[in-house]
Amino acid sequence: MTVARRLVSTGVAASLLLAAGCDRDAAPQTRIVADGDPGHGRQLIAEVACGVCHIIPGVRGAAGTVGPSLAGFAERNLIAGVLPNTPSELARWVRDAPSLVPETAMPPMPLSEDEAVNVAAYLLTLR
Amino acid sequence: MSPPISSRCARAAAVVGAAAALAACDGPQAALDPAGPDAEAISTIAWVMFGGAAIVFIVVLVAVAWALRARRAREGRGLIIAGGVVFPLVVLTALLVFGLTVSSRINAEPDDALTIRVTGKQWWWQVDYLDAGEPVLTTANDIVVPVGAPVRFVLTTDDVIHSFWVPSLGGKLDMIPGRINETVLQADVAGAYRGQCAEFCGDQHALMAFTVAATDDFAAWLAAQQRPAAEPVTDLEARGAALFLENGCGACHTIRGTDADGTIGPDLTHVGGRPTIAAGTLPNNQGTLAGWIADAQAIKPGARMPSFDRLAGPELRALAAYLASLE
Ligand code: HEC
Ligand code: HEC
Ligand SMILES: [Cu+2]
Repeated sequence: MTVARRLVSTGVAASLLLAAGCDRDAAPQTRIVADGDPGHGRQLIAEVACGVCHIIPGVRGAAGTVGPSLAGFAERNLIAGVLPNTPSELARWVRDAPSLVPETAMPPMPLSEDEAVNVAAYLLTLR
Repeated sequence: MSPPISSRCARAAAVVGAAAALAACDGPQAALDPAGPDAEAISTIAWVMFGGAAIVFIVVLVAVAWALRARRAREGRGLIIAGGVVFPLVVLTALLVFGLTVSSRINAEPDDALTIRVTGKQWWWQVDYLDAGEPVLTTANDIVVPVGAPVRFVLTTDDVIHSFWVPSLGGKLDMIPGRINETVLQADVAGAYRGQCAEFCGDQHALMAFTVAATDDFAAWLAAQQRPAAEPVTDLEARGAALFLENGCGACHTIRGTDADGTIGPDLTHVGGRPTIAAGTLPNNQGTLAGWIADAQAIKPGARMPSFDRLAGPELRALAAYLASLE
């Protein structure tokens, strides 16, 4: 089966090269407002599937309408109309919204503190 | 002389295309990355057929090139008999014998294998663990099996034709109304494999997937699953348990140990411990549970569960917290 393995790894390498050049959803790198890694944040958003409730530009399949669209979120002044939209407040919000706004419908999400910082960093690239 | 640009491009495209196609060939759902004896046999046959066909193809091309270059016409009778009759006869017979020998390993009937009945439904899978033909556990979508042991799958459907396929473990088998099909699968490597409905079955066919997890600790898993649902611990979970009954969820779902005993949708007794919800469509967490309850019809339009879009925020969270706690 070594031939198969080699074919597969060549395939992987080739398609990585391919993919590297055509990722048009890539997180904009020009203005990073917050600490954290927006690219990783975007990946986490896809993994925990925030998109069941939100429209999130740049995240495939994120078309939910249970909560507000997060398009242009970096320009937003307030989070949920209540908290100032700073990187640290936003990181707390995406991890545990009910601790900040008890009446919210948004559940606590399975993100560590560091992961939440990355998720916030991605949302703050959305202009 | 270097080839013209267009043919170089075509060649590059072909190489890249083949590479890209192969790149998808390992991971949790890959017939070329077998994790059990059936899948192993199938992939061996596939590679031998592929190799054999490649050799024959090359031989034919060489013969064509040779014929084109040969100066004068040849007396071809002997060649035609050798290449056109003897060669295919020998090669095809050899391949047939090889294929039959290897495939006889597939679906060998074990004497006393664990039996799991999987019933296809638009668009999810009901999973019953059987003992002497009687269900001893009913769950859904996320199947758990012991590692390294054969498991007999008894396959049927409640509505239209579906097809049960876990490429990493074996071949696909249709689920046909009014019939019962059986297959035996074995996972030799602990891990999680992905399966997919392989027969178009309506709008949400593409979102009808499932997982098979092979574990060393199957007996403990089964015993835990057979226990009734966990009692709510926090106030939020208790509120969720009450809301579950108030909103009529129990008309379609069973949670053992409560009044909910519906059978139209998946059994939710231990839903919090499953890796996915809505038949492999979403990862399982409080967010996806809440999102599914609020808007199932947007996520999987036509699924047999309504969107509960009149719940207040904290009610939605309570339901999600309760279901997540049912491990
Ligand atoms: C169950 C559905 C649901 C899920 C899952 C969910 N959210 Fe929300 N989210 C909401 C709702 C509803 C609101 C509006 C809350 C409010 O105003 O109190 C909201 C608000 C927000 C806001 C503030 C939006 C604004 O306009 O002020 C952000 C940012 C946000 N969510 C990010 C996320 C991220 C990131 C995730 C994944 C980690 C996520 N959400 C998962 C339902 C959800
Ligand atoms: C009319 C019947 C019906 C009612 C009422 C109903 N459901 Fe469902 N539910 C279903 C069906 C059918 C599915 C499977 C859908 C699919 O995956 O195609 C489902 C799936 C689910 C799932 C995902 C389970 C899994 O393992 O994939 C959850 C969680 C769920 N329902 C919760 C609820 C809750 C909470 C309520 C009440 C607020 C509710 N359901 C009311 C029919 C119903
Ligand atoms: Cu199907």
